[in-house]
Amino acid sequence: MKRRLPWLLMVLSLGVMIAGLLLGEYQAVLEKAVTVCLDCIGIG
Amino acid sequence: MGILRTPRRKRIWYQAVAALGLNAWLPNWLTGRIYQGKIKGVCVPVLNCYSCPSAMGACPIGALQTSLAGVRLNLAAAEAKFGLYTAGLLGAVGSVVGRMPCGWLCPFGLVQELMHKIPTPKLRLPRAFSCGRYVFLAVLVIALPLLIVDQYGLGQTWFCKWICPAGTLEAGIPLILLNKGLRGLIGFMYTWKVALLVLFLGWMTVSRRPFCRAVCPLGAILGLFNKASLFRMAVDDAKCTVCDKCRRDCPVDIKIYESANSPDCVRCLKCLESCKFGAISYDFLAKHEASKDFRIKSGA
Repeated sequence: MKRRLPWLLMVLSLGVMIAGLLLGEYQAVLEKAVTVCLDCIGIG
Repeated sequence: MGILRTPRRKRIWYQAVAALGLNAWLPNWLTGRIYQGKIKGVCVPVLNCYSCPSAMGACPIGALQTSLAGVRLNLAAAEAKFGLYTAGLLGAVGSVVGRMPCGWLCPFGLVQELMHKIPTPKLRLPRAFSCGRYVFLAVLVIALPLLIVDQYGLGQTWFCKWICPAGTLEAGIPLILLNKGLRGLIGFMYTWKVALLVLFLGWMTVSRRPFCRAVCPLGAILGLFNKASLFRMAVDDAKCTVCDKCRRDCPVDIKIYESANSPDCVRCLKCLESCKFGAISYDFLAKHEASKDFRIKSGA
């Protein structure tokens, strides 16, 4: 079971990631990433 | 070639190349703008602020908070965005190598290790501090962005805003220096974040990677996979003499002989070099490597 757990977690994680991509989350992350994050730099 | 055969001996070069590779759009250091290419939506499995002028990828902790902060707004707009892409990506990386990116790729980890080389009196971090990163993850990264929202249903990126010293170092200070338009916006928050960064820099000189161990929410997430990842560390109790040399050389000051796959371990593999009794090993897919046993070599 111990040897299978990482593979199960990986498949599950990839499934979650693909679901996120299908929901358009890449574009949402991109939109945030290409804008200066005022919170991050301390002036937000 | 030695670097490729035994990479852990030259880990600092891997960290430096990763820091440069993740922040490769260097011309922006002259213009004070940030990189805006289409690949920037790719989350990197390390703490690297996406507002760093030359950052090529997205910070997963920033991305996760932004997703959670916008859940209510998105639901009101009939959009289902919950941070699945970021969480899934971190899970995929974690299930393969656990916290290894912290030890080999994270630019802020490199900063901490370099700062610790400054000769000052050194202080061991109490083990209880390790709980801190779970508190930061649960409260500032997950709970507050989800629960505290403005009248538009939008939350804040609390960890980025109030804590993240990587953002201040990689983005806050450079952008303020390079971009005159932003200087007029400096206020209490900027002073707070710079003061916090100075505090962390001082802490790094006396303690080993204190941010990774006590604060980093990304380390908290990836560390959860250490016990259940394809890459696994092991300690042979029959060979271990508990000489503690591995702990003394460890950049996160852990006793690997007590917990081989501790969530604190950044899997830098320095302990494989430290151990002279062949007690420490790792397994990854078909590869198995153990530390050298000097007793066998000398025929003892």
